[in-house]
Amino acid sequence: MRSEAVILAAAFGYLALLFLIAAWGDRRASQGRSVIGSPTVYALSIAVYCTAWTFYGSVGRATTQGASFLLIYLGPTLAMLSAPFILRKMVRIAAAQRLTSIADFISARYGKSGALGALVALIALIGITPYIALQLKAITLSHAVLVSYPAAVDWRLAEEPFWADKSFWVALVLAVFIILFGTRHLDASERHEGMVAAIAFESLVKLVAFLAVGLFTLFVLFRGPADLFAQAGASPALRGAFDLAAVEGGALGWSGLLLLAFLAFLTLPRQFQVLVVENVDERHLRRASWLFPLYLLAINLLVIPIALAGMLLLEGSDPDSFVLTLPLSAGLEGLPLLVFIGGLSAATGMVIVETIALSTMLSNQLVMPWLLRASRLHAAHRGELRGWLLGIRRVAILLILLLGYLYHALLGDAYSLVTIGLVSFAAAAQFAPALLLGLYWRGANRTGAIVGLLLGFAVWVYTLLLPGFAQSGWLPLSFVEAGPWGLDWLRPYALFGLEGWDRYSHALFWSLGLNLAALVGLSLFTPQSRLEQTQAALFTEALHRDAMPAGVWQGETSRGELRRLLSRYLGAKVATRVLESGDDTQPAPPVLIARTERALAGALGSASARVLINSVVRGEALDLEAVLSILDTTSQTLEVNRRLEQKSQELARIGQELRAANERLRELDRLKDEFVAMVSHELRTPLTSIRAFAEILRDGQDLPEAKREQFLEVVVHESQRLSRLIEEILDLARLESGRLTLTPRRLDLAMLARHGLAAVERLQAERGVSLEVAIEADPAWVVGDPDRLEQVIINLLDNAGKFADDEHPRVRLSLCRHKDHYRLAVEDNGPGIAEDERERVFEKFHQIQRQQHGERRPRPKGSGLGLPISRGIVAHLGGRLWVESAPTLGGASLVMELPEAPNES
Amino acid sequence: MPKVLVVDDEPNIVLSLEFLMQQAGFEVTTAEDGESALARVAEAGPDLILLDISLPDLSGFEVLERLRQTPRGATLPIIMLTAHGREVEREKGLALGADDYITKPFSTQALVEKVKALLDEAR
Amino acid sequence: MPRTTKPSRRRERLLALLLLALVLFSPPLVMIADRPLGGGLSALPLYLLLAWALVIGLAAWLLEGGPREEDQG
Repeated sequence: MRSEAVILAAAFGYLALLFLIAAWGDRRASQGRSVIGSPTVYALSIAVYCTAWTFYGSVGRATTQGASFLLIYLGPTLAMLSAPFILRKMVRIAAAQRLTSIADFISARYGKSGALGALVALIALIGITPYIALQLKAITLSHAVLVSYPAAVDWRLAEEPFWADKSFWVALVLAVFIILFGTRHLDASERHEGMVAAIAFESLVKLVAFLAVGLFTLFVLFRGPADLFAQAGASPALRGAFDLAAVEGGALGWSGLLLLAFLAFLTLPRQFQVLVVENVDERHLRRASWLFPLYLLAINLLVIPIALAGMLLLEGSDPDSFVLTLPLSAGLEGLPLLVFIGGLSAATGMVIVETIALSTMLSNQLVMPWLLRASRLHAAHRGELRGWLLGIRRVAILLILLLGYLYHALLGDAYSLVTIGLVSFAAAAQFAPALLLGLYWRGANRTGAIVGLLLGFAVWVYTLLLPGFAQSGWLPLSFVEAGPWGLDWLRPYALFGLEGWDRYSHALFWSLGLNLAALVGLSLFTPQSRLEQTQAALFTEALHRDAMPAGVWQGETSRGELRRLLSRYLGAKVATRVLESGDDTQPAPPVLIARTERALAGALGSASARVLINSVVRGEALDLEAVLSILDTTSQTLEVNRRLEQKSQELARIGQELRAANERLRELDRLKDEFVAMVSHELRTPLTSIRAFAEILRDGQDLPEAKREQFLEVVVHESQRLSRLIEEILDLARLESGRLTLTPRRLDLAMLARHGLAAVERLQAERGVSLEVAIEADPAWVVGDPDRLEQVIINLLDNAGKFADDEHPRVRLSLCRHKDHYRLAVEDNGPGIAEDERERVFEKFHQIQRQQHGERRPRPKGSGLGLPISRGIVAHLGGRLWVESAPTLGGASLVMELPEAPNES
Repeated sequence: MPKVLVVDDEPNIVLSLEFLMQQAGFEVTTAEDGESALARVAEAGPDLILLDISLPDLSGFEVLERLRQTPRGATLPIIMLTAHGREVEREKGLALGADDYITKPFSTQALVEKVKALLDEAR
Repeated sequence: MPRTTKPSRRRERLLALLLLALVLFSPPLVMIADRPLGGGLSALPLYLLLAWALVIGLAAWLLEGGPREEDQG
């Protein structure tokens, strides 16, 4: 089953299947029924992040570096969690400006700078080549393991001619394959839908294959996780395998690696391709933000069991191949083949996307600008250049893969899989300062970006790439150990004497540090060109504007000239689509020029597109000031509008408050009039009797003694009533002005209640009111003014007597403890007080209002000031007074609550 | 002997008015709310009414209004008594057909004279 | 999450989740988790996988719980 033929058939069959899926995806896309318009497919396509490095290398890294392999996936998890802040912005900008690669993106941000684009493309090419080599190595290695097992793999690369080297043929086959489905179109704005569909499929294949090995290991080779971990725990060699101490660089190395993975995830060309360029709908980011991390979790879940099993069962064999050798060692046939296909899919997925991304960069940022500058080309080829462009792409793809092969063939053996991957990560991370800072800081400029990138790249070469060469024997090892020319402070792994760091944190610190310092420093002290200012504004403000202008052209050209330009580079079909039909001799409106530029940018990169448009548009090419002022004015207007809105809302609110206050004042005024009228009425009533009888007594000298005494008694009684009334009015005035003087002391409320009862007893008996008493708390110590409180109690009793039932009036006084308060309640068996009336009985003049509303119930005698005064007094003593339904007698119950007095001490 | 009906809810005021009217030589009946005042008018047939405005059930104005609608009460001399000193109430009372209007506290002498004058007029 | 939640609230919550994840995955906590389990192996990988799953779960809840149009803000 493991014959060469079967393996080859499986591999090619798999590639053919991929091709079919891609072709199907492309056809569906051209029919307008996209298969990738789903957030799940988008998330799966992002999983191109998991390469052969994940598939084989995670286990290898787990055996030597413990849990740190997880960092490579925790970093991207953080990056995806930050998608609403970072990726969404990138996606929106790329869509608005038709940016097709990270080189294009960075170049566009810094004023569509051709130099910067070329620099990014070059760094990407150099930095990523080892990574592609790694995939080739993985395919070749897994193939070799599969064929020669159980014999050890025999590596004699250097001695073999290249045509005998399988990697060479793998590279070639892949190149053809990628050319076949990566360069079928030119206009990159038509995304590679077929490719994305194929990549999503590949992500499923590698996940399934890896999980299959993991489950096989756990449940076939061992009797479940408990068994495996028990055996591993028993082995002294494995006990410390997953300690933090196993991680290179310890806690510092840990953080460094987390940062590296976070940055690389955003800056690796293939990740940029699938995350940003191939994104068809910004909203897909939301699902992908958690689905992709979930994928990562799933594919890493069983890494440790496999690593442990490999270390237990296959001591001494290559940990990078455990995934394959574990099922092989059990004598299986089918599973190893599935694993091989899984690894193949992980590797091809990466190579396909990476190569397409790199070839786009190479052709758009390096070759095309150079060709466009060579005027020779303009003269010689007035015809269609479309073929040229496609040719360049195809050659680029071939070149990239051959470069990968060369790297692999010449020095690929020195490093394990993960090590090569990390070196590439560190190279890609150099784009992060220019990319991320450029998204948020308008001031970042081209000079800073270029110098920063150059410095970062140089340090990367020195601290990571050259030591790699040294380990492959290209350079003397002393270069690493003693420093060049024996200069100790120049040792690549301990630059300037920074020792004790792991090499990645070390390299990251120096390269990113210098990169960032140069970017910030130079940006602060060198000027920005006007185009840069425009682009910086467009990039940093991307999320605040819905329709982002891609550029405003002020110059003049005709539709015909634009059409010639477009058909020359993109073909007549595209030209018709972009420009539609119209009179070719007419001047083209600025919108049309902008559209042409975007179409060109999609295929050639923004820098080249600008050069081309400049070549046909006469006069003032770009009115940068206008764009800037439009942007600024818009944001200023928005701000002004927002403030106006705020102010008017505030005004409306204040107006309402004023109206309410005015209403309240009017109400108070009305109440004051009522009060005065009522006071006058209440004062006049006793006064009337007094005056009448006084006059009667004065005029009638011959009155019988009995009458005389009766009338004098009335005069005295009414005078008393008058003075009581005046007293009440004064109390109320004092209460309201806060000048009521109370002399609080500790007193027994029960005693006071009994006093009050005694005081009203006679009067109530006259009225026929039966008084009931239930004093449960005795004594009930509170703090209060005894005279005032007695006044309140008498008032409550008096009140209750008036409101009690006419036929059989009953009043009940109860005193009980409630938490740390005492409650004195006076109930009656009258009609009670309606819910909405209950607060109003505490308003002074309440009676007057009742009367005015024409109620038929006999008006109780009294000034109507008793309850408001009582409430005021109780409140002054820290208590409360309210009305509720009487629980025993069914009428109203007035409840007075006072806090318990503190213990005497 | 002319009959006077005294309507007020303050017992002491009723007491003083009753005494004053008796002293002046009239027969006196009393009522302490609006409904009983209307009933007294029907049963006792007074020649003059001293009517307080603030009564517990009906206001004095209502009593006045209803009396004026009955054949017996249409021409009956009625003096309104009030503890409210407001001009509007006086106008309202006169507009509703009160013959005179006295503010509390009142001069006993003036009150008696007014009653006598009105009774003479009516006769 | 109720429908009335403003987009900015969700952004704030996501930002908080991002910071939480960063703290969970970084040294001080990682060092605490680095101690032997019963079997003799370090608890570090187990801790990482659990923390990871928690973060993903929270992200899914935050991102899928709300109404669709919130993404626009």
